[in-house]
Amino acid sequence: MGTTETGILSGRLSPVEYEKNFSDLHPPLDEHEALVASDRCYFCYDAPCMTACPTSIDIPLFIRQISTGNPIGSANTIFDQNILGGMCARVCPTETLCEQACVRNEAEHRPVEIGRLQRYATDIAMRENRQFYQRAEPTGKSVAVIGAGPAGLACAHRLAVKGHDVVIYDAREKAGGLNEYGIATYKAVDDFAQAEVDYVLAIGGIEIRNNQMLGRDFSLNDLLAKHDAVFLGLGLAGVNALRAEGETAEGVEDAVDFIAALRQSATKADIAIGRRVVVLGGGMTAVDAAVQAKLLGAEEVTICYRRGKEHMNASEFEQDLAAAKGVTIRHWLQPKRIIARDGKVAGIELDYTTIADGRLTTTGETGVLTADHVLKAIGQTFEADGLGIITLQSGRIVVDAEGRTSLDRVWAGGDCVLGGEDLTVSAVAQGRDAAESINHVLAAASRPAVAVA
Amino acid sequence: MADLRNNFVGIKSPNPFWLASAPPTDKAYNVERAFKAGWGGVVWKTLGEEGPPVVNVNGPRYGAIWGADRRLLGLNNIELITDRDLYTNLREMKQVKMNWPDRALIASIMVPCEENAWKSILPLVEETGADGIELNFGCPHGMSERGMGAAVGQVPEYIEMVVRWCKQYTRMPVITKLTPNITDVRKPARAAKSGGTDAVSLINTINSITSVNLDTFSPEPSIDGKGSHGGYCGPAVKPIALNMVAEIARDPETYGLPISGIGGITTWRDAAEFLVLGAGNVQVCTAAMTYGFKIVEEMITGLSAWMDTKGHRTLDDICGRAVPNVSDWQYLNLNYIAKARIDQDACIKCGRCHIACEDTSHQAITQYVDGKRHFEVMEDECVGCNLCVNVCPVQDCITMVGLEPGVLDERTGKAVDPNYANWTTHPNNPMARQAAE
Repeated sequence: MGTTETGILSGRLSPVEYEKNFSDLHPPLDEHEALVASDRCYFCYDAPCMTACPTSIDIPLFIRQISTGNPIGSANTIFDQNILGGMCARVCPTETLCEQACVRNEAEHRPVEIGRLQRYATDIAMRENRQFYQRAEPTGKSVAVIGAGPAGLACAHRLAVKGHDVVIYDAREKAGGLNEYGIATYKAVDDFAQAEVDYVLAIGGIEIRNNQMLGRDFSLNDLLAKHDAVFLGLGLAGVNALRAEGETAEGVEDAVDFIAALRQSATKADIAIGRRVVVLGGGMTAVDAAVQAKLLGAEEVTICYRRGKEHMNASEFEQDLAAAKGVTIRHWLQPKRIIARDGKVAGIELDYTTIADGRLTTTGETGVLTADHVLKAIGQTFEADGLGIITLQSGRIVVDAEGRTSLDRVWAGGDCVLGGEDLTVSAVAQGRDAAESINHVLAAASRPAVAVA
Repeated sequence: MADLRNNFVGIKSPNPFWLASAPPTDKAYNVERAFKAGWGGVVWKTLGEEGPPVVNVNGPRYGAIWGADRRLLGLNNIELITDRDLYTNLREMKQVKMNWPDRALIASIMVPCEENAWKSILPLVEETGADGIELNFGCPHGMSERGMGAAVGQVPEYIEMVVRWCKQYTRMPVITKLTPNITDVRKPARAAKSGGTDAVSLINTINSITSVNLDTFSPEPSIDGKGSHGGYCGPAVKPIALNMVAEIARDPETYGLPISGIGGITTWRDAAEFLVLGAGNVQVCTAAMTYGFKIVEEMITGLSAWMDTKGHRTLDDICGRAVPNVSDWQYLNLNYIAKARIDQDACIKCGRCHIACEDTSHQAITQYVDGKRHFEVMEDECVGCNLCVNVCPVQDCITMVGLEPGVLDERTGKAVDPNYANWTTHPNNPMARQAAE
């Protein structure tokens, strides 16, 4: 590996090492591998995997279609339920969803590789640009979607299928939301997020307006005046503060910004990383940041989480991945103070924690880790600027089962709503279902009233 | 250690595993390798009459069907009898027999249905020292168009006639190989016996088209865009072969006629099934063509281990043991009542038993119990059909359990009758023999 010089530096590795480190985490299955893998599916009745999928993809059917040499039909089955099935195949924590439910676990502790099979089928269909949906006759209705992330794209696509015109407003340069900015690079290589956006938009009737931020460039009322309905797929734009002394020292960075910068870098050689990196947090973002810090050439990377292993939001698979890449995960440590030297991070002082009387508390013992780079992955928050009087709870938008908010003609889905699982696949399900609800309302409104005799 | 030595119509071999007449036995090179691998005997690939040998197609000769993970289940071929010169074959046979005196070497023969043709080839074969001959009345493709192979095997009178010639013109034991492409396999077997055959061997391959190319609309294997039916073999044909062997074994007219069992034998277990159904030994081809000659080691050790476990010392202890249990449907005990039972610890909850029963059978397996995914047999609906056992992916998860006499059958509301009763006396049978009044 490259340099071990202290400080936050770019170019720690050779181009070959960057290339190798940031290649596909799970290489795609080739045809033979896909046939072997698909043979293992039992075609269960009322399959547990399907029930476990937030978008209810007909998994036994799509796998059977692969096994019979019909990957295009398989992709159609997947996209019927989840138009972002390509990305979900890459980023879904399948080990806690469909693959955890697979009955093969009972028999031989090894599930059918549902995620990789889904990628196999969707890759073929997308590579051949096979489109399965046509727009219905134009309805003349217009819907605004705020946020071009998974929820917004899924909602927009389903609305377009129904014949409505859709305008997506997104605050960023590029569409895709977390798919573009928030996914670890090795999970979605080759600019897949943009290719998927193009694939979704190919249905027609969807316009994306970039660099349009709610609360800065327009308000919710502006959109309600121009459109028949609005869907909020805002995601979580804010990040939690550390609330520890010295947070402003040079070298303390939000993990989401670090991950986004990595995703936007072509070579990764321009992304600077410390020699000794401490990542604070216990979720997927913490693991994504820590693993990529290591892959960028950091000598030591330590995840510090304030609770135990069993409390971590990162899945078992993600934790194992981090360990395999050389990341140390330490539990029951909470940041107390960033130690700065000449304004730059030199270390971090941590409180040991425990649970007493059901509450997390410090034990009084402290420790210090040497660090020149601290990445904060301690949770994101919803920013409600520009939404007006919409009902929130615990800082998220309250919706009903169909995705309706407290405001008339306003629906919401994805990470910004209360009770979400903060998963791409859940966001897709909520966007899709909200679109069905919106369509239902718009269609009812456009039907001529029938006189009752 | 079980004694696997085999004596089939006086032909001795160290084990009952012979290679069937087919490509693996076409020349000395292959047969030498087979004997080195441990095969007890070979039936040399079919010899034709003197003169220019037959020619084979120069495109693909085989078609196949596969199971999971491309495991070969059925193979078909359009290859003909040996396409090598008769004297080359005879010379090699003689040498191989000299090299391997303890192994069985049988010559398969197919010549035109004329007395002279048989009369002239038999002494040539005898001179090689071969242990016996097998009459190829089975090949269903190519040669049958020329009045040989299955074209003879489908006419019992021809079989009897040719067998009689062979018994007249050679001292070698005669094994008559039968085609399955016939309505009642007992007819040709009886004819062979009438002609004086020492044994029958079966089955030869089954007329088949394994698949069709959906781009070119040509059957596979495709020769320049056309295909013809081939002979089907491999694991898929085993059930058909077992039945035909059993039919001959239990036919009063052929009872006791030695049978060399052939058809999809892949493991020791398959071989044992043929032996207990009345075969005196077995012949193997497709399994060797799929995996090579080494599989005979698995067959020998597997059969031996099973015999040891069960206390069977020689092949005579097992041959034909299942024949008395092969019956006609009308004699099956209608008072025997079995119910499926699902081992809940082994169940992986795939739901296939439920949907098979629900959609296609008797609606006798639950999907939910107390709101939970739970598959359980409802004995008041279960007719004991065994479909759930067969579709369950977990071995021994679902088993059929016979009800003890006197136990209530919840489906009929009646206690299980301890007495044997079959269809011939059943009140619903209009042909039932009436008790004397």
